[in-house]
Amino acid sequence: MYEGILIAGFGGQGVLSTGQLLAYSGMVEGRHVAWIPSYGPEMRGGTANCGVTIADNPISSPVVSEPTVLITMNRPSLEKFEKVVVPGGIIFVNSSLVNIKAARSDVRAFYIPANDMAEEIGSGKVANNIILGALIELTGVVSTGAVEKSLYEVLPPHRHNMIPVNLKALEAGAGLAREQKGTLAEVG
Amino acid sequence: MAKILMKGNEAIGEGAVRAGCRYFFGYPITPQSELPHYLAKRMPEVGGLYLQAESEVASINMVFGAAGAGARVMTSSSGPGISLMQEGISYLAGAELPCVIVNMIRGGPGLGNIAPAQSDYFQATKGGGHGDYRLIVLAPASVQEIIDLMQDAFDLSDKYRNPVMLMGDGVLGQMMEPVEIGAERKAELPEKPWAATGRLKGKEKKLINSLYIVPENCEAHNLKLDKKYSGIKEAEQRWEEYRTEGAEMVLVAFGTSARICKSVVDICREEGLPVGLLRPITLWPFPEKGINGLIESVKSFLTVEMNMGQMIEDVKLSANGKKPVFFYGRAGGMIPVARDIYNEVKKILNGGAA
Amino acid sequence: MKKVFQRPKSLKDMPFHYCPGCTHGIAHRLVAEVIDELDIFEKTIAVAPVGCSVFCYEYFDCDAYQASHGRAPAVATGIKRVLSDRVVFTYQGDGDLAAIGTGEIVHAAARGENFTVIFINNAVYAMTGGQMAPTSLLGQKTTTTPFGRDHKLNGSPVRMSEMLSVLDGTAYAARVSLHNPANVTRARKAIKKAFEVQVAGLGFSMVEVLSACPTNWGLPPLKALKWLEDNMLVYYPLGEFKRPAEVI
Ligand SMILES: Cc1ncc(C[n+]2csc(CCOP(=O)(O)OP(=O)(O)O)c2C)c(N)n1
Ligand code: SF4
Repeated sequence: MYEGILIAGFGGQGVLSTGQLLAYSGMVEGRHVAWIPSYGPEMRGGTANCGVTIADNPISSPVVSEPTVLITMNRPSLEKFEKVVVPGGIIFVNSSLVNIKAARSDVRAFYIPANDMAEEIGSGKVANNIILGALIELTGVVSTGAVEKSLYEVLPPHRHNMIPVNLKALEAGAGLAREQKGTLAEVG
Repeated sequence: MAKILMKGNEAIGEGAVRAGCRYFFGYPITPQSELPHYLAKRMPEVGGLYLQAESEVASINMVFGAAGAGARVMTSSSGPGISLMQEGISYLAGAELPCVIVNMIRGGPGLGNIAPAQSDYFQATKGGGHGDYRLIVLAPASVQEIIDLMQDAFDLSDKYRNPVMLMGDGVLGQMMEPVEIGAERKAELPEKPWAATGRLKGKEKKLINSLYIVPENCEAHNLKLDKKYSGIKEAEQRWEEYRTEGAEMVLVAFGTSARICKSVVDICREEGLPVGLLRPITLWPFPEKGINGLIESVKSFLTVEMNMGQMIEDVKLSANGKKPVFFYGRAGGMIPVARDIYNEVKKILNGGAA
Repeated sequence: MKKVFQRPKSLKDMPFHYCPGCTHGIAHRLVAEVIDELDIFEKTIAVAPVGCSVFCYEYFDCDAYQASHGRAPAVATGIKRVLSDRVVFTYQGDGDLAAIGTGEIVHAAARGENFTVIFINNAVYAMTGGQMAPTSLLGQKTTTTPFGRDHKLNGSPVRMSEMLSVLDGTAYAARVSLHNPANVTRARKAIKKAFEVQVAGLGFSMVEVLSACPTNWGLPPLKALKWLEDNMLVYYPLGEFKRPAEVI
């Protein structure tokens, strides 16, 4: 098993902490994991991204230059990173904020209105976890149980009251993925 | 003990604290910033000091003072800052002061960039500062190894009264990996009777010094240092061998590029290509014993570095003309790609490379 | 129709890389306007620092040098000693000028080096991620003063303009701020004077510019300007600390 997951968006969208949550969950599952952010002045202008690798074998370079999964929380991220996804890979598009479609036909693209769904659930802050839920449903890279366990570790105790809504978000994302999986014509 | 996820830069800080280091002097620079950020919070918790200096010139001289006073002390920087420290490092080596210096290498020369590189190998292992001196240079390849080597770095520096440099790069500093930090135990610090701490109760005078104005005395000092360095060379070479049994070609790589080479070895072995990896953990002393152990059985070496060919000189010296040594490298902050290294391996195995 | 706002000729037509609300861009524009107004573009040489403004050598369309961290005054000294009829200026941040480069700036001023310094004081090391600068205020939280700057540990903020004004070689030293339009106008005047002092060959000139860094202060742009006004102005009084009789 090997997944190289690239998560990209605006600074402040929580893409770095979502990546950490995913890496933590992989660790809980006993896999090899690595997380690495983009860093330095390239962050000026407010974009952020991180790579998460979860694998059965030791990880060589933690830099995810050819992702098997790409999560794009905003439009510039989709435009910038779509081309590096491996053929047959998956792209998650946060369609609440991205009003274009992925151009490639040799990857599977899922459009998830993450911010809108998060607002419905009751917290705009859990948009990333909606997509995380879909990712888990489609790839099985980690289990929901591992994410739940990890939430207790990565969130400071005074924010543990946020865990139920986070779990709700994961489930909502998974549900949508199940639906889309059925209807989405396999591309490529 | 459960594993936790930790950033390489933070692991340096935690490793230092657990090794009993209580003094950090430094000046901000990317890509090691998380280390000072971490220690600015962590040092006060353990009664230690984090002090931001006005420059790296100042940092290293603060280290000189604290080390002379007997403290476990460290500083950290990246290329440009390490260059500024060279005068101080030479003084530390001359005065035989123990300390740990971290270099999270970035692309150079000059201001270069902040991307990961290994281009400060020469600077670390062949001098950098003036005079005839050596640093012990350690090169971890994972966050776990960073924590483990920080303890060794301080212990070695005290054991030999010599500055030790830990060399990483932007990747190792920025990445998070699971680590086991183990239970905190009380660090055992050696006595430092040579420290100049004042002549309380009529103690004999101590001098922290690198000045030997009479050439005969300075030569004697150099001979003494040389003896120490020979001892280190004999006793402290460290390396890891990965799938070298039956290998016809051995890759030689350290740090981040060694991680990538490991996966290249796996790919090769899967295809039945007899390829292994030797990963130097000490860059000085260079593990020539490791090379010598393989020299009869292998047909060639391929050195892989994130620079234009620096460690290859040590591999060649160790191979001493007995076997060909090839090179593959990326520079300026670029990371080698497993597929490209693999192609290089194939080319050489097919007799294609000059 | 009369154009009320125009890109100064001395600035290249390209977008700045600065964050939204960063006042580095305003400072650039003021310097460029003054160069245009004094009609000295062709003989002007810029020396860029290491810091967020490292790429200012791209923005100023004049010849430029990129110095190592803190050494811009030494580089400028070298240039000006060879090319004494040119107009040379350095553009430096507070980490660059008031920490690692303290020695260089003090001795350039002491020698009365005839160049101009634009000194951007934003109370942090911005480029490297918001660490304490020598100019950070007491109590100010930064990434290396997580509990707030404590004078017992880190001393007190440095007032460079006052400090340098006591040196005989300093011909002009002023502190200005960019927190509102009226002050931007005053800043422009001071920068113009500084360049005039240089052109007249009167010696070292420096304008310290209080500048906002919304990103590392963790504030939205307008709040950052307010923070500057409410906090920095208290510690860093505005005004001219030294000026030669000849020019004014
Ligand atoms: C010798 C050396 N040490 C450290 C650095 C890293 N560095 C780059 S910019 C900077 C500080 C910049 O702060 P400042 O001068 O206040 O400018 P600002 O970014 O706030 O505009 C530092 C420490 C370097 N490039 N060279
Ligand atoms: S980090 Fe601060 S000084 Fe640098 S560009 Fe952004 S706002 Fe300006």
